[in-house]
Amino acid sequence: MKSVLGDRRAIFLLLAPALTVYSLIILIPVFWSLGYTVFEGNAINGFSFVGLDNIKQLFSDPDVHQALWFTVRFALVLTAVQVALGYLLALLYVFVLRKASNLIRTLVFFPVVLPTVAVSLLFQQLFEYAPRNGPVNSILNVFGIPSVDWFGTSTSSFWVLILMETWRSMGFYAVLLYAGLVDIPEEVLESSRLDGASGLRLVRHIVIPLSMPVLLSSIIFSINGTLKIFDSVIALTNGGPGTSTTPLTVLMFQTSFGYGEYGYGSAIALLLTMLCLIVTIFIFRSSRRDLTKA
Amino acid sequence: MLQRGSKTRVIAGVSIVAAGALALAACSSSDDNATDGSSSSTAGKSGSFTYLSFAENTAIKGTLESLSSDACKDENASSPLKVTTQPQASFDQQIQLLAGQGALPSIFPAGNSPDVAKSLDKAGNLVQIGDELKALGKQDDIIPAAKSTIEKLYDGKDYVLPTEFNVEGFWYNKEIFTKAGLEAPTTWDDLVKDADALKASGIQPFAADGKDGWPLSRLVGNYIYRSLGADALQAVADGTAKLTDSGYVEAAQKVADLGKAGYFGKSVGSIDYTTAMNQFLTGKAAMYYMGSWALSNFNDPKQNVIGADNIGFVPFPAVTGGKGSADELAANVGVPLAMAKSKFDDGAKAWLGCIADNYGAAALNTGGVITGFKVNDDSTDVPALTKSVQDTIAHTSNTVLWFEALFSPKATTTSQTNAALLATGQLSPSDYMSKIQADLG
Repeated sequence: MKSVLGDRRAIFLLLAPALTVYSLIILIPVFWSLGYTVFEGNAINGFSFVGLDNIKQLFSDPDVHQALWFTVRFALVLTAVQVALGYLLALLYVFVLRKASNLIRTLVFFPVVLPTVAVSLLFQQLFEYAPRNGPVNSILNVFGIPSVDWFGTSTSSFWVLILMETWRSMGFYAVLLYAGLVDIPEEVLESSRLDGASGLRLVRHIVIPLSMPVLLSSIIFSINGTLKIFDSVIALTNGGPGTSTTPLTVLMFQTSFGYGEYGYGSAIALLLTMLCLIVTIFIFRSSRRDLTKA
Repeated sequence: MLQRGSKTRVIAGVSIVAAGALALAACSSSDDNATDGSSSSTAGKSGSFTYLSFAENTAIKGTLESLSSDACKDENASSPLKVTTQPQASFDQQIQLLAGQGALPSIFPAGNSPDVAKSLDKAGNLVQIGDELKALGKQDDIIPAAKSTIEKLYDGKDYVLPTEFNVEGFWYNKEIFTKAGLEAPTTWDDLVKDADALKASGIQPFAADGKDGWPLSRLVGNYIYRSLGADALQAVADGTAKLTDSGYVEAAQKVADLGKAGYFGKSVGSIDYTTAMNQFLTGKAAMYYMGSWALSNFNDPKQNVIGADNIGFVPFPAVTGGKGSADELAANVGVPLAMAKSKFDDGAKAWLGCIADNYGAAALNTGGVITGFKVNDDSTDVPALTKSVQDTIAHTSNTVLWFEALFSPKATTTSQTNAALLATGQLSPSDYMSKIQADLG
């Protein structure tokens, strides 16, 4: 075995099928899409070379600016909220509920397995304003607060989207972070407690630094997932009112497949890819610092 | 005898070639019916008569299937009808892909916007149906008003079949109007006065689907036709006028004013098509701007609580001092069907002739749908409301299109997604028109 794995040609031969398949289904479409950014047209009319025109258009297109701003705002807020709530839940599981956390973990995780469209329909009904009030507005009315047209303005639509996505995904981050927290050696926690650390001090100085790798993984997962939000927006607000909750993904889809502008759609996809790449590199670089050192 | 190194190289080479061959085989088309990709006619051979339907539209599919077992059974025997479906939202994308592969079906909806069919025609993919019908001696099977609408939509050409012929206008609840002592409006000022009186008596004046937006944006378009004339939107398409010109912005302002006065009820942006229809058919709203395709709902007693006899129709009212006339009904041809040149064999040609002769009567019988085909069967019994609309169509010589008919798909989306913002005062009339104009270029 050692002689086989020591032979570069053998390694290449063993890797070749997997690499070929990977190249065909991942790399070729990615580079193909990149190639489209310098063309305009579609499958019916054919394509013509336009150089960097599509890239230049990204800088002057108000629709792209609005979608980019929404995407970044949505990703930052949602990542902060869902990872923070997930972490609080994980701390609750490990330090408060301990072995009795099974049921709560299952219940909180449950929305993760529900189909996005079903969850969106549920939230549409919950926050309904017209033709009849949904439960949320009915509860507000009980306290003398007038009904709110939740999907009528961009601000309230944004927060309903945040709320829905948080409810849907915090269980996932809670379980992910829980796995990181149970890996912290009990002896370390015990010795910290003997040294006088407890409560928030224990969490801040011992638990957070020791769970930093999994916390960073969660943030990377979350920010990449939220930057690419698509189905929830389509099902809940369809990008509205107007285009105020339209993220880059939906704009890319509309541009490519709705308007038949494959080249410009690919340019928007490139912008989204660069955004994901920059954010991931930024998080990786900031994680290189050893947080266990003062 | 090969050396060890040579053997490895040979094995590696063979593996790569085999993997490549497998991948190419996987990527190649498996469609047995696919043609060689040429756009030339395949006259002489007869394959299946394939119809790619909007998944949501069962009316055309139902009518074609009923023809296949009745009036067109001979055509179906030599060229059997095969129906596949595609969701409407992704239909244009699918058509583009199929056209690129030379694998268009025999007959298919001409896309979500006229631009799709125009592109296909420009690329030489479509059968010139008008010419073919003339060659078959069946050009009179298409009613003149429908032919005129098709020509307005498709730059003077007629390469689609009108599976519907819809006129649009205000449907009103006669009982509510009588009780309120109101007459059906014939001018825009009357319409606003009626709406004001209805609201004052606690009745919602208009039911409107603001979620999809088009029933609101069509009010803008109609006002433009009435105030600036029947060629006002053609002038925008030609670039000789802009939507940001004052006359066009005024139209958006008038619709915004209706919304500001609360005539569309609360939160029109949250009201979808079914809810708006339901509001009108249960007597919760007095007027409803809609096309005659809604007749099937109006004639259904399960849906229509107010009763079909209780519904009246008026064209979009005239604007005092405007260049347009209320006689110019807003019209469309529903889901027009195009035919692929690459699949236009003898079987498809026979089907075209049979559809032209029989589709009108079959659609009226199976779904109560008024089409752009002549009804070559006098025995068809239609409800009174449908008959009155048929009579209105028969007396119409001039039609106008809808607001987005000549827009690009992008401008159409902008117009419709922002219409509810216009009606709820979140977007000013000038900003609304500027946004659309920006997409028109």
